[in-house]
Amino acid sequence: MTVGLMHFLVVAAILFALGFYTVVTRKNAVGILMGVELILNAANLNFVAFSRYGDVANVTAGQVFPVFGIMIAAAEAAVGLAIVLAIFQNWGSIDTEKVTALRQ
Amino acid sequence: MLMELTENILTTVPLSFHIFMALATFTVLGACGVAFSQNIVYSAFSLLATFAGMVGLFGFLSNDFLAIVQLMVYVGGILVVILFAVMLTNKISDIQSSNPSNNIIAGFTLMLMLLTVLVTSVFSYDWKTRDPGPYEPTAAKIGDAFLGPYLINFEIAGLMLLVALLAAVVVARKEVKFAEDNQAEDEG
Repeated sequence: MTVGLMHFLVVAAILFALGFYTVVTRKNAVGILMGVELILNAANLNFVAFSRYGDVANVTAGQVFPVFGIMIAAAEAAVGLAIVLAIFQNWGSIDTEKVTALRQ
Repeated sequence: MLMELTENILTTVPLSFHIFMALATFTVLGACGVAFSQNIVYSAFSLLATFAGMVGLFGFLSNDFLAIVQLMVYVGGILVVILFAVMLTNKISDIQSSNPSNNIIAGFTLMLMLLTVLVTSVFSYDWKTRDPGPYEPTAAKIGDAFLGPYLINFEIAGLMLLVALLAAVVVARKEVKFAEDNQAEDEG
C-alpha cells in the first residue's frame, strides 16, 4: 500500500469541497476569504501531485505554477481584506447579508 | 495483542503511508475546522493547521522550495493579515456567533454532491502515472525556469503584486478630509 497520485487527488478534492462549503454558507466576509484560500490550496496541491506522480514530460512546470498560485493568493488576500476593512468603515459590519447597497 | 497488531501494521504498510495519512488527516481536520467552526478566531487558527499540513504534504511530494514558500507566504503573511482583519472587524464580546452561517443544509448537500463527483471522477479515470524516483532538491530548477521559459510570467506576476499592494493601500486608507469639508460638516 504505497502512496500514489489518487491519494493526493482525494485530499485536494476534500479540501476543495470544504472550501466551497465555506464560501457558500458563510455570512462573514473574512470567513468567505478563508474558503477561497482553501480552494487555492487544493489547486496547488493538485499541480504538485501531478508533477511528481503524473506521466508528464515537463516536471518543472508543475512546480513553477503553484508559485504563481501562491502569488495570486497573496494579492487576493491583501486586496480582499482591504475591501473588507473599507466595508467595515462604511457600514460598521461585514455581514454580507447587511451590505446590500447595490440591491436597492 | 495490541503490540502485535501495531507491529503487524507497521511491517505490512510502509512508513511513508502512515506519514501521509497523518499529514492528510491534519490538513483535512484543519479544513473542517475552517468550514464548520462557529467562532471566526477558531476558524483562523484551523486555517493555520491546514497551511501547516500543506507544508508537510509539499515536503512529502519532494518539493522543498514550495514547502518553504507556503510556510513564509501563507503562515507568515496571509494568516497574519487574516487575523488582523478578524481582530479589526469583529466585536470580541459576541464571539460565540462571530461566524454565522446560512443555508447550511443546502450548502452541505451541494458540498456532498461536488465531493461525490470529484472523488468518483478521480477513481474512474485511468491516470497515467510514473515512478516518482528518489527525493531531489527543486529550488535550483525552479529558479532556472523562472529566469528562462517563464521570465515574462515572472515579471508580470511581480507587476501584479505591486498593483495589488497599491490597491490595498488605496482601498483601505482613511478618507482625507480638508479643512473646508470639516467646516461644512460642522455647520451642517
